[in-house]
Amino acid sequence: MSIDQATVRKIASLARIAISDAEAAAMEGELNGILGWVEQLGEVDVTGVEPMTAVIPNHLRLRDDVVDADPLTGGNRRDDVLANAPAPQHGFFGVPKVIE
Amino acid sequence: MTDLTNLTVAQIRDGHRAGDFSAVEVAEAFNANVAGAKALNAFIVETPEHALAAAKAADADRSAGTLKPLSGVPIGMKDLFATNGVQTTAASHMLEGFVPRYESTVSAKLWDAGCGMLGKLNLDQFAMGSSNETSYFGNVISPWKRNDGGNAALAPGGSSGGSSSAIAARLCPAATGTDTGGSIRQPAAFVGISGIKPTYGRCSRWGIVAFASSLDQAGPMARDVMDCAIMLENMAGFDPKDATSLDMAVPNWEAALSSDLKGKKVGIPKEYRLEGIDPDIDAMWDAGIAMLKDAGAEVVEISLPHTKYALPAYYIIAPAEASSNLARYDGVRYGLRDLPQGAGLQDMYAATRADGFGPEVKRRIMIGTYVLSAGFYDAYYTQAQKVRTLIARDFEQAFASCDVILAPTAPSAAFGLGEKTADPLSMYLNDVFAVPASLAGLPAMSVPAALNREGLPLGLQIIGKAFDEQGVLNAGLAIEERAGFNARAEKWW
Repeated sequence: MSIDQATVRKIASLARIAISDAEAAAMEGELNGILGWVEQLGEVDVTGVEPMTAVIPNHLRLRDDVVDADPLTGGNRRDDVLANAPAPQHGFFGVPKVIE
Repeated sequence: MTDLTNLTVAQIRDGHRAGDFSAVEVAEAFNANVAGAKALNAFIVETPEHALAAAKAADADRSAGTLKPLSGVPIGMKDLFATNGVQTTAASHMLEGFVPRYESTVSAKLWDAGCGMLGKLNLDQFAMGSSNETSYFGNVISPWKRNDGGNAALAPGGSSGGSSSAIAARLCPAATGTDTGGSIRQPAAFVGISGIKPTYGRCSRWGIVAFASSLDQAGPMARDVMDCAIMLENMAGFDPKDATSLDMAVPNWEAALSSDLKGKKVGIPKEYRLEGIDPDIDAMWDAGIAMLKDAGAEVVEISLPHTKYALPAYYIIAPAEASSNLARYDGVRYGLRDLPQGAGLQDMYAATRADGFGPEVKRRIMIGTYVLSAGFYDAYYTQAQKVRTLIARDFEQAFASCDVILAPTAPSAAFGLGEKTADPLSMYLNDVFAVPASLAGLPAMSVPAALNREGLPLGLQIIGKAFDEQGVLNAGLAIEERAGFNARAEKWW
């Protein structure tokens, strides 16, 4: 199936990427080229085949229920967390006004 | 006196240990090469002071008798690994100026082992690319030139193109790479060096900028197989901070290196014989088969019937995971913020992401968003994951009759910059031999095997069973010893 420019703009909006009309036009061709190519997967018989979930068998672990057991990923690092924020304010992330 | 920048990791380690030279001399020699190679654009940030500080510590440790496994060895760090206090960009405008307050597990292990850092190596933006042409900080140039008398600038491969170019040009003896769909092996092949992607889960992903989490795996790139073994030993290991980290002991790969392949079976996948492929590639492959026979191995034909579906499955799965992973770049917590006059939150997200991501990254996020969207998820994503199961099963069945698989690393030698950028699909196809092992999570390495008729390096790929990095390294060593590849790019930069 192929996508049109309206769909391209819809995808861009879902992906939160602003695009111009010219970009949408260029992307229509590129995305259709790629999507047309991946369509060939449809010809594979996957009857009874489970989708891959873990490429190497492993089990999910639970960490010990200890506060700040790992200082790297524990708490009390506000200044480190905010160090690269573009607009930190009063110890928080700053964002434009959200609620009128 | 010998040029210290011609030494391998093992030679630097052992020579330093024996007192043949100081670590400071080594660091200064490499720092000078890095400073003199701006034309290659291999580094985004140079950190000569880091390399020197580690070298001074290595010399002091030698005096004190407290040498570490890699004392005195300076390396390059792909700019996808978070480095405490040193800018980490993933070659993107989005993360320009981002200075982590923490260290990735893999880089921390290397510093703990005594390595110093020469700098952060350029790459394809967010590791998305096969030619290093998607970096926000400019193309990396391969040190190699064709022997046609022309002066065409060639791609160093990607995404670890800064790593491959720097090693081939003797700017560092080894470097880290990451491999999602060939990003260690293909650049290694393009510049005539070695590189190994270990089994998925061997190296912690913690602190590596995420691209496609079910595929991303770190690994070393270096000039020979032994150096890859040494580096990998110091990069791998269980890390509770990565949910997919393998809780297994790290083998002593270096000590167990052996090129005697008696009793081993090498599988040759018939589906990798592509019609119309460059005859130099097939000739190199046939020569590689002969080399492994000479090393004592028995060669058997195998079949990996779903090979042709690996690339299309990859180009659904990797973009899907990327679109999810890259959702974190929102202009709020770190990285770029683009806030147009009077814009609200949603407009800020859209403007930030339009400005911060390059065209290839946007393309993949868009593909990923589409294949995960309501109504298309099963047709694309679930189908691709089922095909992935079949690809992994192909390997499982093949390994019932062989120990390792031998194939070319890439379907061509290095191509010229700009030759494939107009058509994203033709670029994707360059990873045709590399992607299947990635989808199956298997260890795979590239070793340089020959020069083609244009005088450019070609690489052979060895794919092994899960957890059998040793088998891969050993077969790689057998090829290395027999191919006798010692060509290097003539210095022009």
